[in-house]
Amino acid sequence: MSELERLDRFLRTDPRDVGCEEAMAVLHIYVELTVTGEDAAERYPGVAAHLAACGPCDEDLTGLLTAVSGA
Amino acid sequence: MATVELAEPTERELDAESADWVRRLSAGDGSGRREAEGELHARLVRIALAEVNRRSGSTAVTGPELTDVAHQAADDAMLAIVAKLKDFRGESRFITWAYRFVILEVSAKLGRHYWRNPPVVLDAGQWENLPDRLGINPEQHAEAASILAEVRRVVQDELTAHQRRIFVAVVVDGIPLDALAARLSLQRNAVYKVIFDARRKIRRALVAKGYLDDPGLEQL
Repeated sequence: MSELERLDRFLRTDPRDVGCEEAMAVLHIYVELTVTGEDAAERYPGVAAHLAACGPCDEDLTGLLTAVSGA
Repeated sequence: MATVELAEPTERELDAESADWVRRLSAGDGSGRREAEGELHARLVRIALAEVNRRSGSTAVTGPELTDVAHQAADDAMLAIVAKLKDFRGESRFITWAYRFVILEVSAKLGRHYWRNPPVVLDAGQWENLPDRLGINPEQHAEAASILAEVRRVVQDELTAHQRRIFVAVVVDGIPLDALAARLSLQRNAVYKVIFDARRKIRRALVAKGYLDDPGLEQL
């Protein structure tokens, strides 16, 4: 990926992005769908768009997935 | 920014394990309830300790302080779970719903602890780091200096003082978003929204100048 492509990727915003508050409100549902093999991103495209752009929320997703995987 | 799409009615019959948790935690004041709370708290502590260890590479918090963060997160998550138990609607297993509280508590507490020994102070404005932050090297790309200047112009001219402070802290100085939110007494979402809007403004400016030529998703 070129420098400009990387910059463009950082600057692009997705109109489906629901933001942190709404994404975190359904994080447990999103994770449950994921661990049961369902397509969480298809069910919640706005949440998926947010998680792709927000590092802290994506980190929380990883944390919760890790937690329930060992539950 | 969009709103979340709930694809179907979210209340459903609880699985047996979730129903058991809810029943035990909702029981009167007896030993059964206390036993359930103790069991859940022990699980929250275990998850919190695992989570702070998982994040140890990306936080300056270490040793006993990190362990303390985990215990505080578990304690606060436990209080929130008990207080919000009636809101649990079975959209996921109970334990997934419960663990969400402790994961979010760990995030928030690590953000607050950042300021005990911050590698970068608030309002440092280290613009010399912008090329690295954006992955643009002025020495290898003819237009890079102009692009960086345009980014800085948009930040200086098109953002409010509040927006500029947040953008510079997160994007230019690399302060973690949760740490900045804690410092400014803002929700994570409020900080994210500022960065989101700034990214869109900067991109539009770079498209207008011909540096980026794709209209981008926000134009659709």
